[in-house]
Amino acid sequence: MKRIVYRELEGNVGVYGLILLMGAFVLAGAGSFYYMEHFGHIVTGMNNQIVWGLPHVFAIFLIVAASGALNVASIGSVFGKTAYKPMARMSGLLAVALLLGGLSVLVLDLGRPDRLIVAMTSYNFKSIFAWNILLYNGFMVIVGVYLYLQMERNVPKALLKSVGLFAFIWRLLLTTGTGSIFGWLIAREAYDSALMAPMFIAMSLSFGLAIFILVALTVNGLTNRPFGGALLARFGKLLAIFAAVVLYFTLAQHLTSLYATEHHTYERFILLDGGIYTQLFWFGHILIGNIAPIFLLLHPTMGKKRPAIVLSALMIIAGGFAQVYVIVIGGQAFPLMLFPGYEVQSSLMDGQIGQYAPSLPELMLGLGGVAIAIALTIVGMKVFKIVPKSLADSAVDPHHSAAK
Amino acid sequence: MSGCDKSNCGCVNTNPTDLLSSSRRNFLGGAAAVATLTLAPGITITAFGGSAKASGHHARWGLLVDVNKCKKDCNACVTACSTEHGWEDTGHPLTDAQWIRKVTLKDKKSGFEQSLPVMCQHCAEPPCVDVCPTAASFRRDDGIVLVDKHLCIGCRYCIMACPYQARSFIHEPLIDQKEYSPRGKGTVESCNLCVHRVDVGGTPACVEACSATGNGAMLFGNLNDPDSEISKRVAEYPSTQIRADLGLDPGVRYENL
Repeated sequence: MKRIVYRELEGNVGVYGLILLMGAFVLAGAGSFYYMEHFGHIVTGMNNQIVWGLPHVFAIFLIVAASGALNVASIGSVFGKTAYKPMARMSGLLAVALLLGGLSVLVLDLGRPDRLIVAMTSYNFKSIFAWNILLYNGFMVIVGVYLYLQMERNVPKALLKSVGLFAFIWRLLLTTGTGSIFGWLIAREAYDSALMAPMFIAMSLSFGLAIFILVALTVNGLTNRPFGGALLARFGKLLAIFAAVVLYFTLAQHLTSLYATEHHTYERFILLDGGIYTQLFWFGHILIGNIAPIFLLLHPTMGKKRPAIVLSALMIIAGGFAQVYVIVIGGQAFPLMLFPGYEVQSSLMDGQIGQYAPSLPELMLGLGGVAIAIALTIVGMKVFKIVPKSLADSAVDPHHSAAK
Repeated sequence: MSGCDKSNCGCVNTNPTDLLSSSRRNFLGGAAAVATLTLAPGITITAFGGSAKASGHHARWGLLVDVNKCKKDCNACVTACSTEHGWEDTGHPLTDAQWIRKVTLKDKKSGFEQSLPVMCQHCAEPPCVDVCPTAASFRRDDGIVLVDKHLCIGCRYCIMACPYQARSFIHEPLIDQKEYSPRGKGTVESCNLCVHRVDVGGTPACVEACSATGNGAMLFGNLNDPDSEISKRVAEYPSTQIRADLGLDPGVRYENL
């Protein structure tokens, strides 16, 4: 294996164009934030039944993907897979950028975003939300240190490995925390499950790797840097495994729920009668997000080719977004059961399926978060030595020629 | 609200009272049931004190609703609460604040119908307090669950956690608030058991209104005082809690449900 040389991204039209485009989305997101902050959440589709809307879907998707994006670095440093090591810097940067993008959306959707300082100074340690504030901030510090040590010369390998291991453990805790936001909601049929934490970890592996693949290919394409076919095929196989793990947890969750009669109404809602939520579950999450990419990626010939891997990554992102939408919005749309066995009626729509139609400001705020993540990644790669000059198979894998 | 003594403070006042230290507040509160001080034109301090008996450490304020006496077409408790605290029906039930609502139940098999008010159940183990990241949701020693309007960041996690759908997020700017019941765009609120009345030995507005109709379906009192009427009734007749399976020990109980 040759020595890996890292270079800042070249300042070409493609790189600057992408940064400008993302800047436009960030501005639109900022405008949406101001609009929502000024008039109140009345201008969104959110209400007292669906209190977390599209911004939360974007935020949770990005936060979950952030911890997953760090895996490429972890596979290299913690699990010692040499071929992944040259991408550790990209992986760390992308992870921090995605987290910042997601947190921006979450914070800007608060009813009182001006009180962010309160969230940093007044803690209720029984709240998993409060723990998450520490986990998110800690993640950025740890990954920041990890990135710095990778870029610094003469850092002992053992130190780098220890920090990498610490970052890996922290990311597992972080995703556990994010999943537990839902898993620990005791009163809601859709949540209240210990499965939420491991399922969110599985989702993070899958979404994070899919985003990493697309970002790496885009960046290498924009700057004409080689990306090895064998390396991409390895990513493809790993992505198929991660998508299968998500499918497994989904299956376990719904089968457990279907076994208990008390959950039948909820299961019927998600799996059969839930309208948009049912469609998003089956066509979005299951078909596009899991089954189709798994088959495509495991196909003996097509599965190793670039178009199939890119398409699969895109499908996993789209399906993953649908999955988070069903969890966040669908879970709230199913009414709270205050009086099981009774038909209920009230001015607060007790017993009725929650109504929610996402509004344009919510969409733009969410896309603004995505744009923040992409812009930070590209700017970071432009300013620092993050991306290797070559990710050709011969450059990253000492056994490449021998394996052939 | 830094320095707020949550066992005694109602955290219900937007006036500069909130800036006072707890000792000053307690002093004012102890001096009289309600002490009002005018500092300058337009700046009025009102402190709610109340006797140790009214909001003492041993009280557990609760409500008992006799569902048989609650008339389906009566909305007096809801109207009274709305008037008392200044929230109103603007024709948008999904985004309007609703501190209390009438729920009609129909037995799926027999068709038997009942009507009852549902509001914050003032749980002894409130999930809204558990999940609140900033400790804005809190439970006083006397069992009243409140939102500290200075700490609420409007994350709505408490609304996700509440099993009773008792909390409302304020979606629009508000004007003309009651000085004893501050509310604000972008924060969460719910029934505060008329803490401003209770702290001076009074009764919640809903209970008062229910009595005035002659129905007498609601009873307010100290669940920890064995001699109180509510304790005697609860001890003598069967009563139930909504979602008792969750083990939250709500302070609101229902008879004949």
